[in-house]
Amino acid sequence: MELILALSIGVLGGSGVWLLMRPRTFQLIIGLSLLSYAVNLFIFSMGRFPVGRPPVLEPGTMGDPAQYADPLPQSLVLTAIVIGFATTALFLVVMLAARGLTGGDHVDGRRQDR
Amino acid sequence: MQQLAIAPILLPLLAGAIMIPMDDQRGRLRAALGVASALGLLAVALALAFLADAGDAAPVFVYRLGNWPALFGIVLVVDRLAAMLLVLTALLGLAALLFSLVRWQRMGAHFHALFQFQLMGLNGAFLTGDLFNLFVFFEVLLAASYGLALHGSGVARVKAGLHYIAINLAASLLFLIGVSMIYGVAGTLNMADLAARIPAMPAEDRPLLEAGAAILAMAFLAKAAMWPMGFWLAPTYSAASPPAAAIFSMMSKVGFYAVLRLSLLLFGADAGASAGFGGTWLFLGGLATIAFGAISVLATQDLSRLAGASVLISSGTLLAALGAGQEAVTGGALFYLASSALAIGAFFLLVELLERGREVGADVLAVTQEAFGDRPEADEEEVEVGTPIPATMAVLGACFLCCALLLAGLPPLSGFIAKFAMLDGILNPAGLGRSPSAVPPGGWALLAALILSGLATVLAMTRAGIRSLWAATDRSVPRVGVVEIAPVLLLLGLCIGMTAGAGPVLRYMQSTASALHAAPSYVGSVVDVSGQTEARP
Repeated sequence: MELILALSIGVLGGSGVWLLMRPRTFQLIIGLSLLSYAVNLFIFSMGRFPVGRPPVLEPGTMGDPAQYADPLPQSLVLTAIVIGFATTALFLVVMLAARGLTGGDHVDGRRQDR
Repeated sequence: MQQLAIAPILLPLLAGAIMIPMDDQRGRLRAALGVASALGLLAVALALAFLADAGDAAPVFVYRLGNWPALFGIVLVVDRLAAMLLVLTALLGLAALLFSLVRWQRMGAHFHALFQFQLMGLNGAFLTGDLFNLFVFFEVLLAASYGLALHGSGVARVKAGLHYIAINLAASLLFLIGVSMIYGVAGTLNMADLAARIPAMPAEDRPLLEAGAAILAMAFLAKAAMWPMGFWLAPTYSAASPPAAAIFSMMSKVGFYAVLRLSLLLFGADAGASAGFGGTWLFLGGLATIAFGAISVLATQDLSRLAGASVLISSGTLLAALGAGQEAVTGGALFYLASSALAIGAFFLLVELLERGREVGADVLAVTQEAFGDRPEADEEEVEVGTPIPATMAVLGACFLCCALLLAGLPPLSGFIAKFAMLDGILNPAGLGRSPSAVPPGGWALLAALILSGLATVLAMTRAGIRSLWAATDRSVPRVGVVEIAPVLLLLGLCIGMTAGAGPVLRYMQSTASALHAAPSYVGSVVDVSGQTEARP
């Protein structure tokens, strides 16, 4: 489980950083999305991996905290997803505006040479 | 009285929310609402500063949202530092808003709502006592700033905005990684609780914690534009519309604020083995930023770029002063923060007035007016400004001179007092009467950097002043309205006021600095440290 999660974070993060360095705005936004997936998984992993344990207490019981997963990282991930989604949408709009104004999809606003 | 702590967040939130559905026929009402909200913020911020400064100890008052105990709920913490920054934000916000009333508010959609959300994000970031809540407020202020940076549209703004947004999205991801690492190691995100837990942290957890803190700091330093993470700043700020750029001069101080707060709270003198973590890096990074800023000030060709480059020098000076790690230097740096934020804000506004008589930027303006269909036949020479002021060039020249003196740190204005206070802290670490030989080599480096960057600013401002005020043959006398020059005069007048009342202001800054360097008193007023071991499972 740990290995799969670590590998997927690594692959997503690595591809994201690579795409972030590319000169086209489309690659940039895909790179940012991949990176944000990697970061969301990373936040989730900071709550450790208790398999088969619910994060919410049973109603009417006191419960032993050791039997439950930490709910905080999960709520952090939820917030991060929502905020990331909104900012990505906003970035898309700016990308389209840049496409319209500069006539190319280069991140520096240069027209395509070829 | 406790409820007052939430007002700086709620007031702009409500004002902004009301403005969104208003159509453009209600422009006057919307502007009045914006100004009223900014005035309200100023009053609240002044009241909070007065409350925070009452008494000799470090009065920190804590607002628990939903009245949850501090470790379970989110807290807002008002201390001297937060209150001072709230006052600065309100002042700059008011000035920028007044300036925008004449022309800039009509250059695009939803200017006033975005502006209110920007103020809300800034205030929230200064007030919150919780790391993840800090992230949320960072995103609020960034989202609003994306809109404001693009306000008025045009090729230059969209190009610079694209870089700005991409870099800040990446920095936000670093923020999240840092926050979650710290949570994974320490098990809490409350700043005060973190500070209480770090001294007792086992040695094997420390590398992870420090790595998390370093990654978090990267996110803040990208915001504060530390070299080599600050290349985005000058193009973005100089392309942004002047009122937006003026409030952005406060925004780059948020990055510094977060570093200041967290490094002194989490890695202060009481942090055990981690004490002073990262101080050297901040110091070296600050020096590099000053050097880069000084070179860009000298290399720059136009006025708004010059203003952007002075933001870099200001950030670098603050970071290096923080890295020096001495209480007296921190106090001087806080005075410098207030003085430079006001001066740079005024300079961004002034630049637009100076450039108005020239043809620079006319193309951008033309594109905007075409895009929004506002005054399609508007002639550049016939800018509608309301009541024009007399002796325009003399007033503008005097304002420019004040900005130059403030930014370069020359006497007699407050920029000089700020630099003098920092240098005094470096040269007399234990107060007057000790030999200068006790000054560490880093102190001399900072001293040299402060003086040389001042020299570079003097050269650049003199050259720019001669070129735009004396030697310009292609210019006509710009028409400047009373409402436009008033905010510039307000900000510069505040700097002059800080010069005249330097004693009380510096006293406030020094007690802020000593409260910051005494982390346990902050921690003690936010969480009940004695009962904490029982509260933990």
